Amino acid sequence: MSAKEPETMTLETFTQGLWKDNPVFVMLLGLCPALAVTNSALNALAMGLATTFVLICSGLLVSLLRNVIPKQVRIASYIIIIATFVTMADYGIKAISLELYKALGAFIQLIVVNCIILGRAEAYASKQKPLKSMINGAGMGLGFTLALLSLGVVREILGSGTVFGMQVMPDRFQTWSVFVLPPGGFFVLACWLMLFTWIRERKSKQEAI
Amino acid sequence: MDPNSPTFIFLNAFLINNFVLAMFLGLCPFLGVSGKIKTAGNMGMAVTFVMLVSSICAFGLNVLLTRFDLEFLKLISYIAVIASAVQLVEMTVKRFSPALFRALGIFLPLITTNCAILGLALFQTAREYTFVQSLAFALGAGAGFTLALLLMAGLREKLDLADVPSVARGAALSLMIAGLLSLAFMGFAGLGG
Repeated sequence: MSAKEPETMTLETFTQGLWKDNPVFVMLLGLCPALAVTNSALNALAMGLATTFVLICSGLLVSLLRNVIPKQVRIASYIIIIATFVTMADYGIKAISLELYKALGAFIQLIVVNCIILGRAEAYASKQKPLKSMINGAGMGLGFTLALLSLGVVREILGSGTVFGMQVMPDRFQTWSVFVLPPGGFFVLACWLMLFTWIRERKSKQEAI
Repeated sequence: MDPNSPTFIFLNAFLINNFVLAMFLGLCPFLGVSGKIKTAGNMGMAVTFVMLVSSICAFGLNVLLTRFDLEFLKLISYIAVIASAVQLVEMTVKRFSPALFRALGIFLPLITTNCAILGLALFQTAREYTFVQSLAFALGAGAGFTLALLLMAGLREKLDLADVPSVARGAALSLMIAGLLSLAFMGFAGLGG
């Protein structure tokens, strides 16, 4: 994926964001929304999709304008482009479901300052062709959504005994309400990170043998 | 206590709904610059200053935008104001303390994308705070951010000497500590009365 071969488009363009460079679990970007809105699976999914929408659209526009924007003001221009799409997503969600809009609160508008999007615009979309940046943005967004879901599902099961509002735990299950409260977010993410480090360590040990 | 009094708003943003530990705003610098107590303190002050400036600007902007019915431009104009405020702080720090400028490194310009600051501007608009209330809110949020950063830095300085299993080293451990701190801060909820 070096700058020497900008023409080739492989499956890697898409899958990069899913596992190898997963924005949340590997690069530790975009943690604020990842922890703040994942107290239920539905919120996590909505947030992930909104972010994916902004990633794809801003990737396309930044890539189209990559030869027009002067280098000195590029960050400011990227932020304006991103803010435009976030405003669209914000009004969109408000129109679709007011309840969801209230649950997510200011965090939809805070997508503007999500480092994943600015990072993609600066490191990828500003150097690549439009279609390719869109596909890469979709992959990154999907990776982000997956990470959010894996946090949201665990927190919802442990904290309320449900998944997407449907009860999955037996009635006798005592809910751990701490998991839907802020500390639970930190704990669940820490556990996922430890799991991934463990898998990676085991893999490298096996390769050594 | 009257929930609209500036004192309560200050306490609320400072302890009860701490920006970092209860609302998950500004986590990147919280995990990134919390290695040493001194840097953490300076970073906290820089963020508090930017918060104050952008809070005042956001208040003025909101009055203007509401007057001309341009509320959909809120997000774009806020982020532009914050970016300029950060630029100002960056130039000041570079001029008066080059050592601090180097210590903060990339995290100084990154204050622009610190969600705590945009979050502050958005929350104060959403809650329709008056000018004095906004100031108290900004001060409380800044103080809360600094406190969280200092606590974290103190703990991490001690942890450097601890023997931690290799799986948990790094980000996972920091998050665990943040979780425990957050749990402790939930005790402040009683302050609201």
